[in-house]
Amino acid sequence: MQFPESWLRALVNPPLSTEELCHLLTMAGLEVEECRPAGADFSNVVVARVLSAEKHPDADKLKLCSVQVGEMSGAHGVLQIVCGAPNVAAGMLVPCALVGAKLPGIEIKKAQVRGVESCGMLCSARELGLSEDHGGLLSLPADAPLGQDIRSYLKLDDNLITLKLTPNRADCLSLSGIAREVAALTGAPLQLPTVAPVAPVLEDTRGIILDAPAACPRYCGRIVRGVNARAATPDWIKQRIERCGVRAISALVDVTNYVMLELGQPLHAFDDAQLQGSIHVRYPAAGEQMLLLNEQTVTPTADTALIADDAKSLALAGIMGGEHSGISDATTDLFLESAFFNTAAIAGKARALGFSSDASYRYERGVDFELQRSAIERATQLIIDICGGQPGPVVEALAADHLPTRPPVRLRLARAAKVLGIDLGFDQTEKLIAGLGFAYTRTADELVVTPPAYRFDITIEEDLIEEIARLHGYDNIPAPAPTARLEMLPLPEARRGAMQVRRLLAERGYHEVVNYSFVDADWEADFAGAEPAQLVRLANPIASQMGVMRSTLIGGLVGALASNLKRQADRVRLFEVGRCFLPDLTPAGGGQNGTGYHQPLRLAALAAGSAWPEQWGSPARPADFFDVKGELEAILAPRRLRFEPTSHPALHPGRAARVLLDDQPIGVIGEIHPRWHQKYELAASAVVFEIELAPLLAAPFPVFREPSRFPAVVRDIALIVPQHCAVQALQDALQAAAPAHVREIRLFDVYQGKGIEPESKSLAFRVTMQDTQKTLADNDADAAVAQLVNTATERFGAVLRR
Amino acid sequence: MNNLEQLIAQATADFTAATGIARLEEVKAAYLGKEGSLTALLKSLGKLPPDERKTAGAAINIAKAQVESALALRREALKNAQLEAQLAAEALDVTLPGRGPIRGSIHPVMRTLDRIEQLFRSIGFEVADGPEIETDWHNFTALNTPENHPARSMHDTFYLLDAAGKVREDVLLRTHTSPVQIRTMLAHAEKYRHLDSMPEIRVICPGRVYRVDSDATHSPMFHQVEGLWVSENVSFADLKGVVADFLRRFFESDDLKVRFRPSFFPFTEPSAEIDVAFMHGPMEGRWLEIAGCGMVHPNVLRCGGIDPEKYTGFAFGMGPDRLTMLRYGINDLRLFFDGDLRFLSQFQ
Repeated sequence: MQFPESWLRALVNPPLSTEELCHLLTMAGLEVEECRPAGADFSNVVVARVLSAEKHPDADKLKLCSVQVGEMSGAHGVLQIVCGAPNVAAGMLVPCALVGAKLPGIEIKKAQVRGVESCGMLCSARELGLSEDHGGLLSLPADAPLGQDIRSYLKLDDNLITLKLTPNRADCLSLSGIAREVAALTGAPLQLPTVAPVAPVLEDTRGIILDAPAACPRYCGRIVRGVNARAATPDWIKQRIERCGVRAISALVDVTNYVMLELGQPLHAFDDAQLQGSIHVRYPAAGEQMLLLNEQTVTPTADTALIADDAKSLALAGIMGGEHSGISDATTDLFLESAFFNTAAIAGKARALGFSSDASYRYERGVDFELQRSAIERATQLIIDICGGQPGPVVEALAADHLPTRPPVRLRLARAAKVLGIDLGFDQTEKLIAGLGFAYTRTADELVVTPPAYRFDITIEEDLIEEIARLHGYDNIPAPAPTARLEMLPLPEARRGAMQVRRLLAERGYHEVVNYSFVDADWEADFAGAEPAQLVRLANPIASQMGVMRSTLIGGLVGALASNLKRQADRVRLFEVGRCFLPDLTPAGGGQNGTGYHQPLRLAALAAGSAWPEQWGSPARPADFFDVKGELEAILAPRRLRFEPTSHPALHPGRAARVLLDDQPIGVIGEIHPRWHQKYELAASAVVFEIELAPLLAAPFPVFREPSRFPAVVRDIALIVPQHCAVQALQDALQAAAPAHVREIRLFDVYQGKGIEPESKSLAFRVTMQDTQKTLADNDADAAVAQLVNTATERFGAVLRR
Repeated sequence: MNNLEQLIAQATADFTAATGIARLEEVKAAYLGKEGSLTALLKSLGKLPPDERKTAGAAINIAKAQVESALALRREALKNAQLEAQLAAEALDVTLPGRGPIRGSIHPVMRTLDRIEQLFRSIGFEVADGPEIETDWHNFTALNTPENHPARSMHDTFYLLDAAGKVREDVLLRTHTSPVQIRTMLAHAEKYRHLDSMPEIRVICPGRVYRVDSDATHSPMFHQVEGLWVSENVSFADLKGVVADFLRRFFESDDLKVRFRPSFFPFTEPSAEIDVAFMHGPMEGRWLEIAGCGMVHPNVLRCGGIDPEKYTGFAFGMGPDRLTMLRYGINDLRLFFDGDLRFLSQFQ
């Protein structure tokens, strides 16, 4: 809502500077978004008349003008000015900057222009900061007083204030409403325009039939005959509406807009000659179409009320008039509409049609339902004053049952004190409510308030509490440190936060990314193998490549890898913690939290490029599966993971593993499948893992075991096994076969090559034995080793390497 | 006796002349070895008359001790020299860079969320979590949002398609973290249903939220932190106290100006926007909108299973992305979601 400060001050004029007024409004919840001067900062520009405009003797595009800048006749009041504006012509009235005038960026001096003296400058609207119009001189009306300072003539010592109103404050979508608010805030007297009924001169009326009373419970209509639609709009009206950002069109339209801005009541003027019979407010017939003023043809939905006459539809009620029933310059007879439409009937309708109008904007937020009659009287008076004409009587159709109600709302003083944390006192509270002009009664401990028709946002006690808090000033409510019972929060030691996991990865060189949760459907197919039926598609994605919800974090990491490679990064380590989204395809189908979707939080990490940052003294080698596996194991330590070969659409079939924790699958790890290298512009392989976050956040509570006082015995055994033998299986078997005093069996070398048959490999294990009760003898150790070797031989055909 | 002094002087000189341990041992043999001159002198004592034997023996033994002492000194000196030479040879260029991994980084917004979490934890707030695909009921209806509110339109909110390709109206991508309020209250009310007076709720709910909006200052996905305190006597003054305290701690700026401005949200009443103004730095003196807050609307408390007559609550929602930008002077929101290592690695 934009308006000129001068208009507001004409209605209420508190002793505040512009800045103080803006601060007052902002801190009362009517946020001032902008406050700017109505015109640029300039001086010494006056109303002048161009007496003659002759061609400059030495320049085709310049004119030599003699300009009268004062009422006095003779040489004193006449200046010679060179002007380049295309529209300069003898007789026109224009702003003239005198010698010594200061305009934005220029100071006007006496000058020689192509050998001719020029004593001033004729100005365009842009040069005065009035608009962007620089097409020619600003042409002033013929009655502009010669010599008057332009600032005072155009009332430029004014400010344009723009409010960013919250949707509950529709009552401030008019100057009266804002003035009412300022009066309540400051106590300054309110001087609203007096509206007197305009006595009818004619008896002509049109019947009004409310067939959609829920949408339109009140409709006032009036005929005005014999108006001059071509009459000029008075400057004061034109200036005010233009400073509210409304374009001046014609006197009749300007008046309806003026009254809307002044009082908050949207009005519509029909050309009465186009109407037949009565006015109906009704719902459309099936498939009924209409052509709107904005030249859009619409098929209103069944719940959109129309204004119609006996023969045809005329307007979308409260939204926009129709093309064929509106007024034009040729109009002589008017039918004026001042109606109340319920918010629910209008809300969302214009938006659904793809536009907004000043009327629908107001109706969907709430228009004062007692305002219709005074608004139509106000408009009638202005029309008759400006355009002439003879009014008929106002016809009002009312469906009182459908008008909004204003049930009284209790305001308990104790409740207000409890909610606000400050006791304003009964008298102060009463004063604030009274200042708003709300009707109320006072009992021993409460006020019973009846909200006015213009306030749609006062329905419960809290609404009144907000009102008194707002008027008292939020700033004046203290902000103490709150008091509460001191109770420690639980701190379960066997849990850790996601932040700790993030830190572990960051310590290991990974950078955290936050990727969009919506991805390209291709990513889902390539990295999750998602069938179209499994995709979680957005109905209204912001872009097609952000059309589906991800079921894996891998796509995002590969995408981030590719974009970093393009930015010349050669070693890329990334991780993300985020949700994935999977439809719940079980019969119950509720998914997590009743949404129908599982939404697990996961952790994924990706490494590409060298295993170590490039550095002296250590040879560079690319990070491989086992580097990343080691990192995954490290962040889960001391819990032990198991890995088993798996196949996964994103991963190299021979280099992919399912990750198990306590026999439960918790994720996958592997090298990105080479087939994706080209499609995703990856220079080389990358290793990635993705695991569920929940199991990661369990950190086992340490279990104490007394350390043995007896020395440990260490034996190394190297077993030659067939190439295909998985280390995990062998190690499991050894572990199972080991006597109790074997504390650890650890693989420390894998060898293939000279001295080992092809198709075989040598696995070297270090066996650490220790008893808690005695020192182990050599033969205890020998027996244990023999048992392990036997197991390996029997189960895996292993041969002890000598 | 002259002989002995000469011998000591000679031995000392010979020891000094020996430049290595091996040579020193050879020289030692010439004096103290089986065939050495001092050994010979001692052996020759037997030939002396008994009355001379005692004094001569004492003199020779003194000389021998002196030679041995000179030898020990020289040995020590040579050992030291050898160690020094070895150490000198082992010297490193200590200015060469150290080896090892380079630290990665934690996303700046996560740093912010962690700080927020820690600050609120210090006054007894726990962290609550909720789904990002949320029901329309939790995201809008329970939060007192009217049926035809513009925020519910597909112009503002992301909706999903069902398997048949039809728009699902019952679920959406949550547009704020406020639905976690509802889930928290419902769970809390259920848990303490058997009590006359339930314990306080103090939670913050950080997470990702989604709106149909994408330009230089809006991302279709961004972060939010919701805070909720419900108790029998928490007030708007408490809300002001907590939020102002938080903002000053978060920005580590005691002179940060904080103001509460009346505003409107369907789910709070009274409602406020929170503005801050820094007293230093590039944003000095400008009011910046930083969060929305208010007393939880009675309808919302009811939807959370809580009696609004008995309990009051306050809630606030703020944008950690914006807090992060202000704190580190980051000028483009899109950097957060771009995965650019050149940006991320600044937050080690």
